[in-house]
Order: sequence, then C-alpha cells, then structure tokens
Amino acid sequence: MSEGVRGAQAAAGGGPPVDGGAEVEAPAGVTRLSMPKWGLSMTEGKVTDWLVAEGEEVDEGAELFEVETEKIDGAVESPAAGVLRRRVAEVGAVVPVGGLVGVLADPSVPDADVDAFVAAFQASFVPEEAAGEAEAPTRTVEVGGRRLRHLELAPDQPAGDPVVLLHGFGGDLNNWLFTSGKLAERRRVHALDLPGHGESAKDVGAGDLDGFAEAVGGFLDAVGAGRAHLVGHSMGGAVALALALAHPERVASLTLIAPAGLGEEINADYIDGFVAAERRRELKGVLELLFADPGLVNRKLVDDVLRYKRLDGVQEALATVAGAMYPSGRQTTVLAGELARLSVPTLVIWGGQDRVLPAAHADALAGRARVEVLAGAGHSPHMEAANDVNRLVGGFLDELEGEPG
Amino acid sequence: MARVITFQKAVNEALDQEMARDPSVVVFGEDVAGGQGAGGELDAWGGVLGVTKGLYHKHPGRVLDTPISESAFIGAAVGAACSGLRPVAELMFVDFMGVCFDQIFNQGAKLRYMFGGKARVPMVIRTMWGAGIRAASQHSQSLYSIFTHVPGLKVAVPSTPYDAKGLLISAIRDDDPVIFFENKVLYTVEGEVPEESYTIPFGEANVAREGDDVSIVAIGRMVGMAQQAAEELAADGVECEILDLRTTSPLDEDSLYETVEKTGRLVVVDEDNPRCGMAADVAALVAQNCFDDLQAPVRMVTAPHTPPPFTGSLEDLYVPSAAKIADAVRRTTGGKVGARA
Repeated sequence: MSEGVRGAQAAAGGGPPVDGGAEVEAPAGVTRLSMPKWGLSMTEGKVTDWLVAEGEEVDEGAELFEVETEKIDGAVESPAAGVLRRRVAEVGAVVPVGGLVGVLADPSVPDADVDAFVAAFQASFVPEEAAGEAEAPTRTVEVGGRRLRHLELAPDQPAGDPVVLLHGFGGDLNNWLFTSGKLAERRRVHALDLPGHGESAKDVGAGDLDGFAEAVGGFLDAVGAGRAHLVGHSMGGAVALALALAHPERVASLTLIAPAGLGEEINADYIDGFVAAERRRELKGVLELLFADPGLVNRKLVDDVLRYKRLDGVQEALATVAGAMYPSGRQTTVLAGELARLSVPTLVIWGGQDRVLPAAHADALAGRARVEVLAGAGHSPHMEAANDVNRLVGGFLDELEGEPG
Repeated sequence: MARVITFQKAVNEALDQEMARDPSVVVFGEDVAGGQGAGGELDAWGGVLGVTKGLYHKHPGRVLDTPISESAFIGAAVGAACSGLRPVAELMFVDFMGVCFDQIFNQGAKLRYMFGGKARVPMVIRTMWGAGIRAASQHSQSLYSIFTHVPGLKVAVPSTPYDAKGLLISAIRDDDPVIFFENKVLYTVEGEVPEESYTIPFGEANVAREGDDVSIVAIGRMVGMAQQAAEELAADGVECEILDLRTTSPLDEDSLYETVEKTGRLVVVDEDNPRCGMAADVAALVAQNCFDDLQAPVRMVTAPHTPPPFTGSLEDLYVPSAAKIADAVRRTTGGKVGARA
C-alpha cells in the first residue's frame, strides 16, 4: 500500500515542521487551524467542505473540514477544544501546507483579537516551498548486500532510542504518512521499506519472518541504533515481535498494529488477491479489505500500488513471501507459544472491523501487553483512525521514557 | 521522493536497462550511435535529438548506425526479430515510414499469423511524431492511426516520462511488433520516474484526471493540453475526466465506455488529421456502444485536414489548443454547466 488514501489527521496546531516563514504566535486561548502536511510530496491542499459552522463549539478530535490533495482526501480533526471563530479558507480554496484554514478560540477572546491574529499571520506567512525548506529525503543503506530505503525524520532530536516504523505485506514507508510526522515531534523516526517492498531491493531470500527480522536488525546496525522502539503493522508487527523475541536487547518497546504472527488465521482473499491482481479493478476490491470504509480506497491508492507491483522483481518477491508465510490462508509462523519470553513493554492496537487478521488474535498477548481495540477501524487503523493511533503510540512512548504526556 | 527526469531520459533509461537485462536487445537506426567508426565517436550524438546518447559506449557492438535507407534497416529489424534478437529500430521521423510499409505491413505484422504462430516478430520501431518545432509538413505528422489500422501491430503513444519508460520496456519484452511513438515536444517534459525497471501493460488507459461532467479522451501531447483545458474549466465549475489511452492498439475499450457512462459527455482530442483517425474511431465506438449514455453529441478536436504548415503562426493554429478543447467541452454541456457570463 502506498500513500493515496483518505484518512483523518489533526490540523497542525502549531507543531513543526509545516511552517517555513516567520511565524506569528497565536495569542492565549487562540488555536490556529492550518493546512496539514500529509506525506512528503504534499505542498498544498484544497478545502472541499466545512463540517462545522462558525460559532459552533467543538471538542478536541472533532472533524472540522475536508481536504483534498493530489494523493489523499481526508477530514482534518480539531487539535483542541474551542469555538470555531473564523473560516479563513472557504470551500474550494487551495491553501499551502501550514497556511491558515481557520481559527479556533475560547469564547472569551474578543473578535478583534481573533481578526488581528488572522491579519498578522496572513501578512507574514511564507509557504514552505517559497521559503526553500528542503523536504526530508529518503535515503538508502546497504544491509547484507541489499539496498534498503528509509526515511529519517527529526535526526536532531536529543539522543534516545529512535522509533522504527515497519509496514505490512505489500506496503511501504509511505503507509506511515499520518504517523511519522507526529511521532517525530518528540523523537527521531525511521520509516523503512522492508526487503521486496517500496524502493528497497526486491531480493527477499526465503521470504520468511526470520529473514525480515534479520534485515531489520541489520538496518538498526546500519543507522547506528543499538536499540529502537519498533512500531509494526500487520506483517511488520510480526517482524518486530520476532526481533524482540530473538534480540530483546535491541528493542526498547513494541507497538503492534493489527500484527500477524499471533494466530493461524489470515484472510487468503487479501494475500492471494494482492499477489494475483494485475489490473486496477481487481486490485481495488482487494485493497478495500484493508479498511472498514471501502470508500477510502481511491484511484490514486490503487494506481500507486499497481506502480509498485509492476516494478521488476516485485511479483516474485510477493509470491515468495506469501508462499513462505501465508500459504492457503494460514500463517506458517505463529509466535503465540513464545510470548512467555517476551520481555519488552508492548502496546497492541487493533481495528474492531479488521477483515484481514481477526482482532481476537490480540488475546494471545492478554496480560502481557496493553491492548486497544478501535471499534470503527479496519486493518489499517494508523491510516483510518490516525489521530487515535498517534495519541496511543505517543502516550505509550512518553510513559516509557517518563516524559510528561 | 521519487526521482524526476525528462521524457527523453526515460526513453534512454528504458533502452539502457533492457540492453543490460537481455543481451538479445540491439538498437539501430540513423545516427543512433552518431559518428560510429569516425573521429567523433567518443562524443557520439546518440540520435538526431540525443535520445540514445551514451548507449553506444555502454553496450559495445549492440548500437549500430545504419545507412539512410529505411526500407533496408526496417527489413533488417523484421528479419533479426524473426531469428532471435529483440531489435529496437529508430526511424527518426514517422513521416519517413512510407518507404518501408511493405516490411512493416506485409512482413512484420503478418508473419506470426501466416505461420500459424510458429514465427514471432519481437521488434520495436521507435519514431518521433507531432508538430510544434517548426519542422514543416514532412517532419511533423501524427501518423499512429495508419499503424493502428493494421492487425498484427501494436501501437503505443506515451504522454508522460513514467509512461514512456514503462511502455517502452513492455514493448521490448513483447513478442509482437510494436510501433512506439515519441512526441518531440514532450522530450523535455519532466516527471517522476522510478529508477528501477517496470512495465505498463498495453491496453490499459490511464485516468489522468477524475471528473463527473465531461470526459476528454486524449493521447500523447494532447493529454497535457487537455489538462490545461480542464484546469480552466474547473475554475468555471466544469469537472472534466481525462482518459489517456496510452496505446491505440490494443485499445482499452472498457475504460472508454466506463468514463462515458459516468459523465454522459465526450470530447476526443487528437493532434492527427480528422479523417479515419483515432478521434473518429473512438467517437464511432462510443456511438455504437454507449449511445444511450450520451447526453450530447460527441465532439472531436483535431488538426484540420491539411498538412502541418511550416509558418509558425499557422502551425500554432494547426495543433489543438487548450482553448479549443475548453470550447468543445463547453459546447457539449450546452452552456448548462459553468457557462461564462
């Protein structure tokens, strides 16, 4: 899966790194609603709908407005509670990333102060592109003779174990577009393309869990991380778990999002369908299994996955991995019996409407991990319920490091 | 971020990667090496516009300059393809193709059929097409329809650097003869192209823009022109869907009917002359298969039925423009949507 999808994400309420120009501070009680940055290539977004009227009171997390970009459509959630005081961008307006879309404020803030803030912000705002801010580039490292691509965010964060994001079967580092920026506000983050995926080398060896876990261990060596917080989705969750069992000293914590590896059952329609699909129509039906709301699968998402599947070597890699790990709707590697050895702090997040891996697999970790089930989400809660997932993961990591949450 | 390269570089990279992957791939044509065997060899041009630059030294003995004798080297390509190589012949301008029609129409296109599948002709002919560089009537035509007309040939007309690389790799790996059309104005256009090799299947159109009001079917350089028109129309509230056919043979009829069913209105844009061309073919297919979905007559935006003029001002008028496309779209809506005050 690549980055074209509709999701929900908080408006950048003041966080980095969306603003390039001189920034006007919002006065006390005022929250600015900015155009979020979803994914590396996004420079602007179009406001396609307002979901809240001016003067309406909203809770933190409430959906405020809809945004359409080249790759993604999504609802933007409120970063705070308050009253929507101004819709700065009307429906149809195209706003650069970081640009002002609206203003939220406490009812006690006078209108004049809100308007003064809007005027001052607009006068000084410089869009990212015009400010010449370089995009975070992806890099490659050699691991065991294979090229692995990764995206490093916030390399200047104070020392501490970095977060490493591991996508699922057929995915790539762009699957974390709603996650990586948020986590990078407080820590260094690497999003990795596993072997056979994204722009990493397409040689997957035997295509089994040990091979992937070894590659991730080699990646940690290559980026000089003795230890890392591993966040893995689906197959990436199983890879993280396998590494934590084999080398607990390398793993500071585990966040497993709808992980494989905890039970035998897996939806063969997804795995086999993903491998077999050659045309857009077939693939669309398969990708719809990833979400509770199949309407989230737009043409861009399907096209991006097709582009990946058409790279030389990808079909062979996917078939090898599917054959080694998920033949005939069964997982060959179930780690449930080894969980007694699991010694690292673990958070499990599952979508209640997962159609690829049943949420009941989380029972295998009962008593050993914190388990959170997001009722409305499907197999990809980090995309479908990004705000909830970011809060859970951020809170979990903050607690571990004893930082104020 | 994906890497950005020009259309021209994308073609070069496809050739380079396929030559590296498969030793049976050879490249020949007029000046594709550029000064082979001459004093200027080290600084070889790589074709009249430099598309094959660098290949001669990277793949020794497999990039060959030919005499200026199209019927000879296209015939050689057919023969080489029948006997085990995968030749990629470059016939500089499609306008010169006439002298080797027998090799293409009666030999290349027919051998697999006439030998009951026992012969195959995995040949690619790359050629430049289109007006816009002040090169006059004999270097500016858009003759893909002539080849689309002949069963046994496949025809690709890419519109972007991404499509150029993927379609050319598919063409080289295909066991049938493919005529590969490169628009000379598009050579300098840039776009995101993966460094790795990849294929795009023939017969799969690309929805270059989604919209609900009017479908615009286009090909090659006209896809970008349609996009400009769609931007202008969107400002007026008319949402166009743009279908880039990518290959005219095979043709993705399913996607064509799907978009017309969705919008009920069709404008076909073609840089070629109007008679018996791609635009007329698409219009006829839609009339035959989706008549009940149409809410307005199909409109064709094409060059006029004249040779491409040399005079700059006339050439600019000759090629369909964004303004002409937008005008045709407005006419299909009858001014009901987004007509300007």
